[in-house]
Amino acid sequence: MINITLYHYLIVSSVLFCLGIFGVITRKNAIMVLMGIELILNAANINFVAFARYGNFGNSGQLAALFVIILAAAEAAIAMAIVLNIYKTFTNINIDEIDTLKD
Amino acid sequence: MTVYDITFYLFALITLGSAFFVVTIRNIVYSAFFLLFTLFGITGLYVLLSADFIAIVQLVVYVGGILVLLLFGVMLTHKITNVQIKSGTLQIIPSAIAVIVLAFALIKIFLSTNWKTFQLTAQNSSVQGLGVLLVNQYSVVFELLGILLLIALIGAASMARR
Repeated sequence: MINITLYHYLIVSSVLFCLGIFGVITRKNAIMVLMGIELILNAANINFVAFARYGNFGNSGQLAALFVIILAAAEAAIAMAIVLNIYKTFTNINIDEIDTLKD
Repeated sequence: MTVYDITFYLFALITLGSAFFVVTIRNIVYSAFFLLFTLFGITGLYVLLSADFIAIVQLVVYVGGILVLLLFGVMLTHKITNVQIKSGTLQIIPSAIAVIVLAFALIKIFLSTNWKTFQLTAQNSSVQGLGVLLVNQYSVVFELLGILLLIALIGAASMARR
């Protein structure tokens, strides 16, 4: 008899979500903020897959998780290009020091 | 305690423990490598949820792609001779309190909701089902995501070259 229920997965994903939020709001470095966003997206993905498995929704939930992974890949590529441009302009990527739009 | 339970707790511990180090450790390269363990743990959770294709995609795209991209970002935005690859932190205590409150609220909401769940049955591989859904019911979404990914990559390349 398996004792793991849907609630176990939901608790894991909510703790992961909160850790991601913590990373986003406390880190100065832009790349660390990106890592926090990846944690948040992964927490959402765990929820999708867990609900699809326990709620008997077929494969649609897994497909939503797949779409989220694709969007995360696109987002990471674009964000990295933006970060490289910011680094070229300001020679650092601390998000609290980048407070000018244009010279 | 069955083998399933022990495996779940193991992967949950790997995921949450290394996620904690991702957001608290100061060295960015260490954080990136702890993120690797987090993603591995989440892959294990997907396997336990019998989402085999998602697990493989998670390994290939996240561990093989996004994590390497993040490491490239770390290396390109710090001069290699400058050893200080550290990330400062802001407002630790207020944000820690806020996040803990948020976590308790989320867990309380999740636990007090009576989710309608079904008895788990053994499932075959989900690859065939996902493929059928992708070319029938979700074919427009599939094509749009392909176009979006192409546009995003062209835009990223042109932005990074400027």
